[in-house]
Parts: sequence; C-alpha cells; structure tokens
Amino acid sequence: MKQKYTQTILIIVAAAIFYVFIKTLIFLNVLSPYWQLVLDQSLIVTIGALGLSLIYGFTGQFSLGHAAFYGIGAYTAGAISKTLGHGSLLWFIIAIVAGTLAAALIALLIGLPILRLRSDYLGIATLGFGIIVKVGMDNANKVLPVLGGATGMSGLTTVANFEIIFIFFLIAILLLKNLIYSKYGRAFISIREDEIAADAMGIDTTRYKTMAFALGCGLAGLAGSLYAHRYPFLHPSSFEFLKSFDFLLIVVLGGLGSISGTIVTAVGWAFLLEGLRFVLGEQFIDFRGVIYALILVITILMRPQGLFSGKELLFMKPPRLKTPTNREEGSHAGLRN
Amino acid sequence: MGGGEKPPPRFKNRSITAFSGFGPLYRNRQHSLLGVDMGVDVLEHVIGQVINGLQLGFMYALIALGYTMVYGVVKLINFAHGDVFMVGAFVGYLGFNQWGMPVPVAVLTSMAVCAILGVVIEKIAYRPLRYAPKIAALISALGVSLFLEYFCSLKFIFGPNYRVVQRPFEEVHWQLAGISISNIQVMVMVTVLFMLLMLQYLLYRTKVGMAMRTVSLDHDAARLMGVNVDSVISVTFAIGSALAAAGGVLYAIAYPQIQPFMGIMPGLKAFTAAVLGGIGIIPGAVLGALIMGQVETLTAAFLSSQLRDAIAFGILILVLLVRPCGILGKTETEKV
Repeated sequence: MKQKYTQTILIIVAAAIFYVFIKTLIFLNVLSPYWQLVLDQSLIVTIGALGLSLIYGFTGQFSLGHAAFYGIGAYTAGAISKTLGHGSLLWFIIAIVAGTLAAALIALLIGLPILRLRSDYLGIATLGFGIIVKVGMDNANKVLPVLGGATGMSGLTTVANFEIIFIFFLIAILLLKNLIYSKYGRAFISIREDEIAADAMGIDTTRYKTMAFALGCGLAGLAGSLYAHRYPFLHPSSFEFLKSFDFLLIVVLGGLGSISGTIVTAVGWAFLLEGLRFVLGEQFIDFRGVIYALILVITILMRPQGLFSGKELLFMKPPRLKTPTNREEGSHAGLRN
Repeated sequence: MGGGEKPPPRFKNRSITAFSGFGPLYRNRQHSLLGVDMGVDVLEHVIGQVINGLQLGFMYALIALGYTMVYGVVKLINFAHGDVFMVGAFVGYLGFNQWGMPVPVAVLTSMAVCAILGVVIEKIAYRPLRYAPKIAALISALGVSLFLEYFCSLKFIFGPNYRVVQRPFEEVHWQLAGISISNIQVMVMVTVLFMLLMLQYLLYRTKVGMAMRTVSLDHDAARLMGVNVDSVISVTFAIGSALAAAGGVLYAIAYPQIQPFMGIMPGLKAFTAAVLGGIGIIPGAVLGALIMGQVETLTAAFLSSQLRDAIAFGILILVLLVRPCGILGKTETEKV
C-alpha cells in the first residue's frame, strides 16, 4: 500500500517537473504558440492512446474503431458546449463528462455483442463500427443541425488550455496505472495472456472485456471532448477509420502492455509528424508522408516488440507483488463476483 | 460527393460507381421502389442494378482473393494490398493510355509489375517479422500502405491529383430482353471468371497449388514434407498482387478516374468481403465479394447512396455476430 502511494507521488512530482519545464520553455519563447498547439494535441492523443492501450495492450482486444469513440466524445462535448456552454467553465466540465460517458456508454452497448469475436474478426467488426459512425457524422446534420454533417461543426469556443489538458492527461495516467495494478488489471492481463485459462480461473471474461472496452473508449471520449474544446472546428474526417490506425500504431510501437511506452510514443509521434513538416520545409513537404511511412516501417522492423516491449519507466513500475498470503481464497478471490 | 459529371441520360445502369469518395457517383435515382411506377420498368431497373452489383462484386472478388490467400498462408491482414491494386490501376492506365498497349497486354504488364511489387514488399516488410508478434507485421503493412500512397503521390511518380482514364474502347450498351448491359460489364465479368477458373486450376491441379494449401494448414509440417515455405509465400504474394493488379486495370476502365489514394476504400471493402465469407477460404472471398457488391449497389440505388457504407458494414457486423468466423468459415474449437 505504502509503495503505491510513493509511486503516485513520484508521478505527480515528475508531472510537476515536466509542467515547470514546459512553462519555462514558453516563458523563454522557445516554444512558439504553434508548438504549444502541437504539445496540446500530443497530450490529447496520448489520452486516447492510453484508452486503446487498456483495450488492446492490456486486455488484448483488437480494436480498429478507436477513432470512432474519439469522435463520439468530440461531437457530444462539442454540441453541448456550442448550444449551451458558450465558453463557461461549468458547462465545459459537463460537456467533458458527457462526452466521456457517451463514448463509454456506446462502447458498452456495442461491446457487449461484438466482444465475443476473436482477434482479427473483432478488429474488422470494430473497424466496421468506425465506418458506420463516420457515415453517421457525415449525415448527422439531418437529425441535429448543430452537428454540422459533412461540412463539419464550427464555431466552438476553445476553453481548454494547456493546464486543463495536462491535468486530464495526468488523471488518465494515474487512473490507468492504478487500474492496471489493481485486481481488475490483473484480470485484464490474464485475459490478454490466455482467455480460456482466465475463464478457468474463475474470471468473468465477458464482464472484464466489456469493462476494459468501455473504460478505454471512455478515455477516447475524454480525449475527444478535450479536442472539441481545443480546436474551434470539428470535421468527420478527423475521426475516420484511418485515424484509428494512428492510435493502434502508437500503442504497438510503444510496446503492448506498457503505459510509459504509449505515452512516450504518442507524444513523440505527434511531434514527429509536425517536426517533419518543419524539417523538410516548403520544398520537400511532399516527402513528409513517404518519410513518415519509412520511419514507421523501419521502427517496427527494428523493434517488433515495440519501443518499450512491456517495460515501464522507473516511476511507472508496478508495485512489487507481495507473496500471496495463505488465506483460503487466494489472490483471485476478489475477482469472483 | 462525386461532383461534376452530368446525370446519366437514358441508360439506367450507366457509369455507376461504387467506391465512396472516388469517381462519379450514382445519380440515377428517379425510380424508387417505394415510389410510383411499380411494373416492368422497376423490374428492369432492379435487374440492371443487380448486374451493376455483379460487376462491382467481381472486382471486389479479385482484390479479396489476394487478401484471403495471403491471410491463408501467413495469417496477416495485408493492408498494403489495396495500394497494390492502385499501382495496378496506374500501370494499366499508363499502359493503354500513354504507351499505346492493347488492353490485354496492359493487363498482363500490370499484373507482372504488381506481382514483383508484392514479392518485394513481402521480402522487405513482412519476412523479417514472420516470427514476431502478428501485430508487428500488421503495423508494417500499414507503413507499406502509407508508403505506397505517398510515394505514388509524389509529383515525379503519379502525382496527387485525379487522372481521367480515356477508355481504350467505347462503352456500348446492348439491350437483351429489355435489360441493358454494357460491354465493359461483360468484359469485367468474363475476365474475372476466367481468372477465378485459372486460380482454381492452379490451386487444385498443380504442385504449387498443393504446396500453398499445405503451407496454409501448417508451416512446420509443410517444411518437414519438403515444401519450401518461403518461396510458396512469395508465390502467394505474387499471385494475390497480380489479381489485384488485374482488378485495378478493370477498375480504371470501368470507373475511369484514378488517383494514388483510390486503393483505400476498395481495399477495405474487399477485405471486409473476405472476412464476410470467412477469411482464408477462397470460395468465401468470392461469395463475400458478390454479397458486398449487391448490398452496396442495391442500397445506393434504392435506399441512399450516403448510407451505403454504413449498411454494408452493418451487415458485416450482423453476419459476424451470427457466424463469428464468416459465412463459410469453420468455427474453430477452442483448445486449452
């Protein structure tokens, strides 16, 4: 117990140092507003990627529809803020909560039936769901004009700043870390390792898979809600199935089952994309996609198991497991419900 | 969507396309099933649409075969396959538009180029990852897909813009018992059926085919029986890519607008078709593709062209819920 709190404190200290570092950079005019935007975007992407990390990296459920939930969160939060909020902080919080809950709830509803599918079939079913959501967004204005449809939703107030996004980023990390190292997390990991064995150990796999899916998609919804408050404009093409692959490759390149890997890769990925624009300049901007693709292929060829390959940074390490006490019920007792 | 082109005047099934966002879109919707004139006219219209769906479905089948064959031997979703299809379309277009080849020669050239491309992709991007986790090869496939798309968009390769394909021959419509069918539709269907027969022959009547079927069952056992697994995988990629290339050329003739990102949606649909039929199973790919073609065309014609993709994928999800391994897929018994 004690070690757990020490770690949480360590993370908060690390976050504080990071925050001061960024603020100093901004103060010294090293970080231009453009790069601040990139930084905010990278934090938002990280929150979404952490959600997929929970679904795929820890629970092993292959989802290719993550961007759909990101979009559901963004559209829900955006619509609430636009119609009712007009920039007030209270409505901002309500919108964020609503966006998160909407994504989690839809994930729960869609997850219950489709999580029975295995690996690639699950991937395709979620991909299909992602495309359905995109079509829905394209035609949403026919039901609710405020959603804007295929031309996008504009006129959103940008309430979220770096501080707010950073706090949610921190909350997401702490939440996921504590979840993974709890009894729930062990259940998730056991499902990833072997679903049948987990079932045999008395873990209700359907319940835990759905839980992981809903929570992970909730994080995507949170990321989307923040996105809707950071940028004044939402467009369905920001949430199409190709964006789901972005989340997937972040989680895989970071190393499945590594929170630090996901965080580092997500931030690095966002900066790589924009950095390439900067490095290549006007003249070679066409090569951006080519070089990005090459970096992707080369990285995965060099590190097929991901950059962190299931390991964690020092302050993210799991608490050392105590040897199981000789109680009658053993360590899986808490999972029986 | 679509944009720019005039609505088809008389023929009910003229220049329909199907891939969302690409090419001319189907506009001819004056006949609604729920509308007024239900009669012979409607029946003809339905049959016309079914023929359009067949044309589309056969093209999906060519792409889906590559997906399903590759999945059969290496258990990899080859996301770059749709982009091989795109390269095939471009090579075919260059062949009969720029270099003045006759169409069959252009198709063969395109198939040869893409076969080589497929083998090279496999050698560089997938072979080093064969014993890595499956997801690594999938990410590599995504990378290759992006690479092909962006590389072909470079100005000195194909350029990022749409190119209009001049058809090597005029489109002619024949009226058979009131049903209009075009020479392009006939050409597509005949070519695809021919290739399916060739493939069937190759798989079940030749040594290579037997080796491929063996490898798809069990790599190690195949190796122990003296099958060169690496070369069989290369051959599979070559055949799959060649089929996609043929599909690409047919696509370029049937829906004459091409650009470097055109492979994404057809690739995805074809892959979905392969999953629908049961991935890894060749008749399943064809069946899934034909279903997909009908669903898309009929939805676009009678319900809404915007909801087309949603309905196609909704059906996919429903089918998977009932048959989790696809229509013809064998449900694997779980073993501990």
